[in-house]
Amino acid sequence: MLGPVAAGLAGAVGPAFGWAPELGAAGFSLEAWRTLFAWPGLARAAGLSLGVGVLATVVSLGLTLLICAGWQGTRVWRWVERGLSPILAMPHAAAAFGLAFLIAPSGWAVRAASPWLTGWETPPDVLVVQDPLGLALVAGLVAKEVPFLLLMTLAASVQAEAGRTLLVARALGQGRVSGWLKAVLPRIWPQIRLPVYAVLAYSMSVVDVAAILGPNAPPTLAVRIVGWMNDPDLAWRSVASAGALLQLGLVAGALAAWRAGEVGVGRLGRRWAEGGARWPAAAEGAARGAGLLAATATAAAAGFGLAGLAVWSCAGLWTFPEALPDGWTLRSWARHGPAMAGPALATLGIALAATVAALGLAAACLETEFRRGRRPGAGALWLLYLPLIVPQVAFLPGLQRLALAAGLEGGWASVAAAHLVFVLPYVFLSLSDPWRAWDRRWATAGAALGASGWGVLWRVRAPMMLAPLLTAFAVGFAVSVGQYLPTLLIGGGRVPTLTTEAVALASGGDRRAIGVWALAQAGAAALPFLLAAVGPRLIWRNRRALRG
Amino acid sequence: MADGLRFEGVSVRLAGREIAALDAGVAPGEALTVMGPSGSGKSTLLAAAAGSLAPEFELRGRVRLDGRDVTGLPTERRRIGILFQDEMLFPHLSVGGNLGFGLPAAVKGADRRARIEAALESVDLGGMAGRDPATLSGGQRARVALMRALLAAPRALLLDEPFGKLDAPLRARTRELVFGLARERGLPVLLVTHDPADAEAAGGRVVELAG
Amino acid sequence: MRLSGWVATLALATGAAAAEPDPAGWDAVLEEARGQTVWWHAWGGSAPINDYIAWAAREVEDRHGVRVEHVKLSDTAEAVSRVAAEKAAGVLDDGAVDLLWINGENFAAMKEAGLLFGPWAEALPNWRFVDVDDKPVRTDFTVPTEGLEAPWATAQIVFYHDAARAPEPPRSMAALADWAEANPGRFAYPQPPDFLGSTFLKQALVELSGAPEALYRAADEADYEAVTAPLWTWLDRLTPNLWRGGRAYPQSGPRLTQLMADGEIDLAVSFDPSEAASAVANFELPETVRTYVLDGGTLGNVSFVAIPFNSGSKAGAMVLADFLLSPEAQARKADPAVWGAGTVLDVEALPDEARARFEAIEVGPGGISAEELGEILPEPHPSWMTRLEEDWQARFGVSR
Repeated sequence: MLGPVAAGLAGAVGPAFGWAPELGAAGFSLEAWRTLFAWPGLARAAGLSLGVGVLATVVSLGLTLLICAGWQGTRVWRWVERGLSPILAMPHAAAAFGLAFLIAPSGWAVRAASPWLTGWETPPDVLVVQDPLGLALVAGLVAKEVPFLLLMTLAASVQAEAGRTLLVARALGQGRVSGWLKAVLPRIWPQIRLPVYAVLAYSMSVVDVAAILGPNAPPTLAVRIVGWMNDPDLAWRSVASAGALLQLGLVAGALAAWRAGEVGVGRLGRRWAEGGARWPAAAEGAARGAGLLAATATAAAAGFGLAGLAVWSCAGLWTFPEALPDGWTLRSWARHGPAMAGPALATLGIALAATVAALGLAAACLETEFRRGRRPGAGALWLLYLPLIVPQVAFLPGLQRLALAAGLEGGWASVAAAHLVFVLPYVFLSLSDPWRAWDRRWATAGAALGASGWGVLWRVRAPMMLAPLLTAFAVGFAVSVGQYLPTLLIGGGRVPTLTTEAVALASGGDRRAIGVWALAQAGAAALPFLLAAVGPRLIWRNRRALRG
Repeated sequence: MADGLRFEGVSVRLAGREIAALDAGVAPGEALTVMGPSGSGKSTLLAAAAGSLAPEFELRGRVRLDGRDVTGLPTERRRIGILFQDEMLFPHLSVGGNLGFGLPAAVKGADRRARIEAALESVDLGGMAGRDPATLSGGQRARVALMRALLAAPRALLLDEPFGKLDAPLRARTRELVFGLARERGLPVLLVTHDPADAEAAGGRVVELAG
Repeated sequence: MRLSGWVATLALATGAAAAEPDPAGWDAVLEEARGQTVWWHAWGGSAPINDYIAWAAREVEDRHGVRVEHVKLSDTAEAVSRVAAEKAAGVLDDGAVDLLWINGENFAAMKEAGLLFGPWAEALPNWRFVDVDDKPVRTDFTVPTEGLEAPWATAQIVFYHDAARAPEPPRSMAALADWAEANPGRFAYPQPPDFLGSTFLKQALVELSGAPEALYRAADEADYEAVTAPLWTWLDRLTPNLWRGGRAYPQSGPRLTQLMADGEIDLAVSFDPSEAASAVANFELPETVRTYVLDGGTLGNVSFVAIPFNSGSKAGAMVLADFLLSPEAQARKADPAVWGAGTVLDVEALPDEARARFEAIEVGPGGISAEELGEILPEPHPSWMTRLEEDWQARFGVSR
């Protein structure tokens, strides 16, 4: 795995300092940096990236914790669990389109109240989506990241015996929320720390969502980098590389600051927990209410977003302020449907290959660690997670150069290999904690009955870990389904997938086409989540301890 | 004495410091009880016998089973049965499946089913092969774990506080069953416990570890 | 010995050159093309255009046995980077791109970097129908094409408005600023460097500068400040009355269609004279939408198809390009019910039967006829676009 990551990074570092063979430049130069720092929007763009990233992470984490603290183990919790999969499966860009249509001045929310309530016959000219502070972008990110963090917390809670721990805390006089925060959170935190970092890095460098919901005068740094990368004047590519390195520095700095903040908050939290203070019932109630509201709002945003896409895919003419289309038609489906089979098969095949390989690699890594008792060093982990942190658009040209030089490109197998670079970190992220938390005595019990190391892995660990394995599979699968640039660059355009087709059509802005393709994309990603949700329950319907 | 389980100058160290040491032998059908408070290293000794010491531990000395040096062997090739305080019944397998896990694959078909059913009947669990282990009572689970270990035809039995979770009357009956079967089959037993009553029931030599 | 060595080398060299298909021997090209697969990289953002490309692919396979696969791009620059990366990595034959829909800056960049195959375009059999006198088919944004790309379609700046909400749209750039003042927030143009946004700036510059001839030379040869000053004054007046007060911009032309459909704007600009008509046919816009051009005429250009230097199916690519130039394919493309892009052929000079195809085309609701489009104003020198984009970025791209 080191090769592709190093090649990708070199592909960003080289051009930033004047080394770009395809442009005929092969000397050391700081020209790219000078041009970068001369851009008048740089400070605002970098500030936006940082602000949006941190705010989205803080809000996502806060809401996730409120939902968990207030409702874990209740009937509401069951609904939360069930609602997760469809939201997780929705591609980020599709969710962003859905949300944009929901909250825009000409969007569904305003339509529903117009003109009978607002009196508006034409939409008001107010800046809701793409606001200069990036609040719409934050909202879009939060709607997608809360479910991801919930999924990760869910996996961690099972092993932290959240239920029993919470019971103890409540027996000691703590309320549900404060008890959860004081007793359960500290046990879960080490397991959700990495996912939180991933959310921070992703929120800072996201491109597609930022292009749809984010401001554009100036845009976030990541969006600007893509613009430079796609400039017809190839010389701008070195400025894009310099920008990407700056972006990488920003992300690394934000992560370091976050880590420092974590230590501070942890210290305060410990003092709070040891102080024995109790929250008044009203505060408890308010916190629980806020959690419920957050869960409902997230679900509603995603649900209405999805519904909006579905309605658009079947819409005839649909003008403001009509809340529903003036006419319905299946023409969009008839137009795009037949062309979908090939890309759909490619999407599923590539995702399957990449995810199975990632699962195999992650499992092999973790199993070696389990048997040898040695954890990978911090350096190796950074490399593994680097593809999540470096902006894809700067990372990929280097990867492409490696693939071209190795003659590995054009086929769907090389596309799957490129996806692996981005799928593996997420699979590792999802799988490592459950893997490490597995009780060693199971392995001893199996071995004492004559099973070899492999036998224990296949006959004991794998079936017992079916649920986390399937969850990791679903997360990885969804990541693969959503890949656009790696598919295009490594596949040379010869491997069309649902996503490449959807993004190409989205560049035309036709909401009907976007609706059709985004639904197909979401469907492809939803399959494994459905499997992960239903599979263990079905397979282990007669095994109470594994039903989750 | 070549038969039985022998610890020859066994010493387990962590970062150079000795955690536990034992030099003793257990003859077939006999029991050796290692007693000591929590943290005295008794479970580490058991892990040394089982071959499941975590990699950071260093083991000196030899462990022999029926004259064979098993010190370097992986757990699955030692032919040692283990019973834990938590029964560790595989949650994804039925009761019968758990019993079948350690039964050599050479035993096939109807014979296999019969062996499993017979094992269950011998501990008053006849007809329960299809049950989910999570639905059994504590005493039932302990008996399934015992029969699962015995069906794998071990040459020795290691007990890690196996009766700690059972209530008093059940504990007495289960002890009786375990030690009775071990004696009947001529298995050397290493028992690790902090309950003097366990040691008494085992009836063999007792080694006290300091805290 | 020495001489024969030279001859052998020479023979090898010419042998390698002869391996490239030569459109002058068209039968040999057709022969070589049979069985090849052409990966055609073309913007894929429009369902009608994608459908048209799929039709052309079927026809070329049926007639000439050439398979055509449409690689749908969201940005042409993706394919340009691809070819550049292949050259750097030493992939000199059978690269990923066989044919590329291209023009303007992308063409200039590829031509300069030596990434294109050719010349071949003017030797195509159907080149004889091309309108070389009245349409800018031999220069691409003032850059000579030199046979490295074959013309495909024309595009021209048009405006469209919803006649139900804005019955009297402005007919000049000066009038546009007045109209926006009277109807604040009801007009938008895409954010430069979007292609359409930049062209909108150039269109305004052509009308407002008062000295359009300076625009057809490099920008640094003219008094840039003096020529562009009226444009910035005009933009300072227009911007506060734009959609969202100029604090956010739509990112592309298609996004304007969406804003129009949502009733957020009443007037929009387009580079595709049939865009509004297709949108009406596709239920995206109401039938009250009308298309028109400014009184002084509007900028237009031609888009082309080019073959990268390392295509492995050059013969097939030429066969496809030739088919795209045929009167049949051009007439179908010009039909607003299919796509509605302007033709690059000289319709008057076509044989009767071919001309009849063009004459049979009906302009649907919301569309505009070729006569109404009037004369195309040629694109200024590319250096103006670069300078304008940079200055716009500094003045308006980082909103106050």
